[in-house]
Amino acid sequence: MTRTTPVHVVGEVLATKRAGAYRHLTIAAPGVPERFRAGNFVAISVGDGRLARRPLWIHRVKETGAYGPTLDVVVEPRGPGSTWLAELPVGAHVPVTGPLGRPFALPREPVSCVLVGEGYAAAPLFPLAARLRERGCPVSLVLAADDEAHLLSALEARRSARSVSVVTRDGSVGVRGDVAAQVDAVLERADADVVYAAGTTATLAAVAVAAERRGAWSQVALETPMACGTGLCQGCPVPVVAEDGVTRRVRACVDGPVIRGDRVHWDGLG
Amino acid sequence: MVASGCGGTGRELAPYVDLDGLDLVTRSITLDARAGGAAPRVAETPSGLVHAVGHQNPGLEHFLATELPWLVRAGVRVHVSVVGASIGEYAELARRLSRAPGVAGLEINLGSPDQAGEDLFEVREPYHAASVVAAVRREFPADRPVLAKLRPDLSRAVEGARAVHDAGASGVVLGDAVPAAMPDGRPGGLCGPAITPVALRCVREVTALLPDVEVVGAGGVDGPATARAFLAAGAVGVQVGAALLHDPTTVARVRAALADDLADDLADDLAGGPDDPERTL
Ligand SMILES: Cc1cc2nc3c(=O)[nH]c(=O)nc-3n(C[C@H](O)[C@H](O)[C@H](O)COP(=O)(O)OP(=O)(O)OC[C@H]3O[C@@H](n4cnc5c(N)ncnc54)[C@H](O)[C@@H]3O)c2cc1C
Ligand SMILES: Cc1cc2nc3c(=O)[nH]c(=O)nc-3n(C[C@H](O)[C@H](O)[C@H](O)COP(=O)(O)O)c2cc1C
Ligand code: FES
Repeated sequence: MTRTTPVHVVGEVLATKRAGAYRHLTIAAPGVPERFRAGNFVAISVGDGRLARRPLWIHRVKETGAYGPTLDVVVEPRGPGSTWLAELPVGAHVPVTGPLGRPFALPREPVSCVLVGEGYAAAPLFPLAARLRERGCPVSLVLAADDEAHLLSALEARRSARSVSVVTRDGSVGVRGDVAAQVDAVLERADADVVYAAGTTATLAAVAVAAERRGAWSQVALETPMACGTGLCQGCPVPVVAEDGVTRRVRACVDGPVIRGDRVHWDGLG
Repeated sequence: MVASGCGGTGRELAPYVDLDGLDLVTRSITLDARAGGAAPRVAETPSGLVHAVGHQNPGLEHFLATELPWLVRAGVRVHVSVVGASIGEYAELARRLSRAPGVAGLEINLGSPDQAGEDLFEVREPYHAASVVAAVRREFPADRPVLAKLRPDLSRAVEGARAVHDAGASGVVLGDAVPAAMPDGRPGGLCGPAITPVALRCVREVTALLPDVEVVGAGGVDGPATARAFLAAGAVGVQVGAALLHDPTTVARVRAALADDLADDLADDLAGGPDDPERTL
């Protein structure tokens, strides 16, 4: 859970790739990949006089390559900022700050881990799975999405996870349905000690509750709207319940975005 | 100078700025802790941000025990922004801060644009502002600056600046965010480049009509050019606010550029000035 010092650099887009509904960007951003831990994100500035930054999960890093250290992000174009990012051509320059936020906490022992990722938000779970495997943890990855186009590569996931299962809302691939409704069964099957989740708030809440029910640890990656991502503006409040039962508002960007699921006051969140 | 509410607790700026010697205005501190407003708190508009943070802060005691000592150790010149529910609260804040080691000065928040519905002293007339300033000045040592922060409202800026100056303010900050609405209608404050022309006009007007009043400019300072525009309008310094959310290195860049300008001026001065008629060798 240690925090590393972020850097603010001008990144260069080295490669772009369309994958289903998403755009993968490979960005040279010296200083960021070297400091990266799974669960960190970058804050990127977008153009057209837009001042709020766009936080994006770091999906992958390469510390060495022909172009030096690089990182990959997965963008789902929907609003103006993400569309702008998805249309960036190779060679474009974008201000990048990172790595930001508290990463996923790793278990000391080789315990059974379930990772639940929904849509593009599954991005940070891939490097997490690799780290957990290095530590000898059996990893079961559940990839969920509305449909096949919004599913992050299950093929790639199989490299770092012992088992990969797929759930889509429309049943276009994998099991049909809502992942939140299946969490209990998934945790049971994997005999999970720790569960990591990234996705919509509803899914994260379901995972946190399911984990608590069976006495497992949960770590959820929150996507609270953020204006700066760096802890400066207090624009990303998350109500958390401390050990003493008192609710406080912490900042998702610096006190999270990865937080113990049992600490989040879900009803008070957005 | 880092504008109030835009530098986190100060620590969050450390990766991007050399804190040693940096002037930083804290987020506005109240006597008791405040939880702040509901999310979303910051909305994007063309060339601007509307914020409705609602003065989330840990309260004076916690600030004095944890945040202030850290900032002082880091070498920050700490200007504490104070805001209260009554003149008595402002005075109490000033009294306790006057005894805290390492407080370089105060900035009086005279009614934030997002305060509606919050339990805060309402500054409607210049004499309200003057009463707050006088109460704070009485409790805070005369050799340390007390800045009064005003809204960049042209119809009120000059009389407001005159009133707080007469009440003992060392200078005024022009200005705060412009009262605006969040997308859902809640009150908020507009900041960023969108308000720069408005703030520049106020700075110009006040410095022209009240040459004795020192004005610190604020409103969309996002680089050396905007900072220089405020200085050209008569400001003695500038604050950088919302731009830090977009690029946390902004204050370092502005500081370096203005220091260079100063060094250039000094060099010109020592050389007799660039177009000094006496300059014959
Ligand atoms: C920690 C974190 C990691 C993220 N990682 C990714 C990622 O890897 N890939 C990706 O495509 N997006 C990611 N997002 C969301 C992303 O930052 C943008 O908010 C999103 O792309 C929408 O921005 P926009 O300008 O396109 O649209 P906007 O016009 O801002 O919004 C479009 C829609 O997105 C919602 N929205 C706005 N801001 C946020 C926000 N900060 N978080 C969640 N929803 C928001 C709005 O309510 C609206 O429905 C992440 C957000 C957070 C907080
Ligand atoms: C997120 C945010 C929080 C702010 N909080 C405060 C505050 O607590 N007290 C205050 O006096 N001004 C506060 N302000 C106003 C700024 O200090 C500044 O006066 C204003 O935003 C105009 O400058 P700018 O355009 O450079 O941001 C805040 C501004 C923003 C964007
Ligand atoms: S987004 Fe600004 S403090 Fe978290």
